[in-house]
Amino acid sequence: MAVLVALTVSIISFSLLYLSGDPAVAMAGENADDAAIQAIREGYGFDRPFIVQYGDWLFSALRGDFGESYYFRVPVSEVIADRLQITMLLGLFSTSFALVVAIPLGVAAALWPNSIIDRAALFLSVVGQAIPSFWFGLILIVIFAIDLRLLPASGSGTWAGFVLPTVVLGYYATPAIMRLTRTGMLEVLSADYVRTARAKGLPAPNIVFKHALRNAIIPVVSLAAVQMGFMLGGSVVVESVFALHGAGYLAWESISRNDLPTMQALVLIFSMFYIAFTILADVVNAWLDPRLRVS
Amino acid sequence: MSATASAPLSGKARLTPRQRFWHRARHHRGFVFGAVVLATIVAVAIFAPLIAPHDPYLQVLSDRMQPPVFLGGTWHHPLGTDALGRDYLSRLLYGARISLLIGLVAATISAVIGTTLGILAGYFGGRVDTVVTFLINVRLALPVVLVALAVVALLGGSLTVVVSVLGLLLWDRFAVVLRSATRQVRTIEYVAAAEVLGASLPRILYKDILPNIANHLIVIATLEMAHAIILEAALSFLGLGVQPPLPSWGLMISEGKAMLLFQSWLITIPGVALFLLVLAINMFGDGIRDVTTPEGRD
Repeated sequence: MAVLVALTVSIISFSLLYLSGDPAVAMAGENADDAAIQAIREGYGFDRPFIVQYGDWLFSALRGDFGESYYFRVPVSEVIADRLQITMLLGLFSTSFALVVAIPLGVAAALWPNSIIDRAALFLSVVGQAIPSFWFGLILIVIFAIDLRLLPASGSGTWAGFVLPTVVLGYYATPAIMRLTRTGMLEVLSADYVRTARAKGLPAPNIVFKHALRNAIIPVVSLAAVQMGFMLGGSVVVESVFALHGAGYLAWESISRNDLPTMQALVLIFSMFYIAFTILADVVNAWLDPRLRVS
Repeated sequence: MSATASAPLSGKARLTPRQRFWHRARHHRGFVFGAVVLATIVAVAIFAPLIAPHDPYLQVLSDRMQPPVFLGGTWHHPLGTDALGRDYLSRLLYGARISLLIGLVAATISAVIGTTLGILAGYFGGRVDTVVTFLINVRLALPVVLVALAVVALLGGSLTVVVSVLGLLLWDRFAVVLRSATRQVRTIEYVAAAEVLGASLPRILYKDILPNIANHLIVIATLEMAHAIILEAALSFLGLGVQPPLPSWGLMISEGKAMLLFQSWLITIPGVALFLLVLAINMFGDGIRDVTTPEGRD
């Protein structure tokens, strides 16, 4: 299934090239004459049948060769490699941020349902989901970079440059993780073995963290993996706001500059990452939960 | 589970489902808040030409970047003017039209696609289910923002293109949820009864299945409407959505970004409007879910 999905996605990423009609015309620009268009068409092999072009592209892509960037005039793989590191780092930071904020909140909300903490957590998640990330980013820039002058507004040169993008990208995943932690904990806390542990007189923190949380957190881990796949997509917006030179920003640049090979490669790579993360989520789930391995 | 009309338990149980819905809804704070704010924004959007003090496209270069009233401006431009001297309040009011239009149309397109796929997969199971699951997986693997940006860049940023792209990309949740909802409804006796009676397939799907998954459908439709509105704003913000001079809120934030250092209200005002609209739609949807779920109608 995953292989078939990956293949279909690759066809879609490749067909993006033909969305505008004739890629040669799109590349040549508005003022090009017929001879120039014909030269580009032959030079890049656009005159071959669609299937041949796709097959050629796919097999090169499998070897890590995505062709040459129209804009940078260097191999696409070279352009992407550096940028992807930054985005991976951002994704890792953001996921950690989301987990660090969401799990304690979710646990607290489950321990004291309908308390102030529970209501505040719910309120935060409802409000948080309604804030557009690009606007949140700009507001943070105004507060922390312009008014307080604490953090840089853009750039990836130093660690400080990652702080605001991490918060913006991470907060978006927080509500889902928090709600899942809360439901999981509520369920586990009313389970028989937790009651037994309580009856034995084990200390409360011991019960909550060793007995309950370990079981409640299993679905959270796979959700976090899937969210990381979504974050790669979200990085397009966030990196553009902060001018963080990652793969997301590169995607926006290549789309605005009509750099089709780079764009195709990024759509494919982002999709592959998502597929990889969903597979990873399943594997981690099976590893954490012996019940799944048996069935 | 639920008290039906044939089993009158108390005076209250005689209420029709619709009366019971309104009775519960009136006491649900989130629902009331969402409904009131949403109704206000819809009214503003419809009557924008009557309320707006100025023409939203009229540029008065001598009146550039007037501050809003609460920052020392005048009532001539209650929310000030932008860098081209256009009245900000008027642009904001007309912008509500764009956001609502995009949300409604995109959610409708994706609802039609997702509901059809979900019902078919849930009702037939087997191979149909495998195919639909495959389509859902392909859709989920594609990064929405990236594909939408690419399509808009290649086809041009008209309102039609933006709405169609979002409509064609946001159907996954409809399909996922309605697939499992249909599966549950399918096993209930009245569906079997309809089959035995020889009802046609479209009739069963339309008359027996669809009404019983309608509350899920409405809740997801509100979520996806909010989603589409945020995405349109993000695309327009990145310059690859709705094109100027249309007063899209995302575009207004993007244009205000250049003045971030000095005139931060240029991004605050449309941002707050966007936030309120999305918040209201989400709370309205959550309210419907809370109010209809305990009825046990499915």
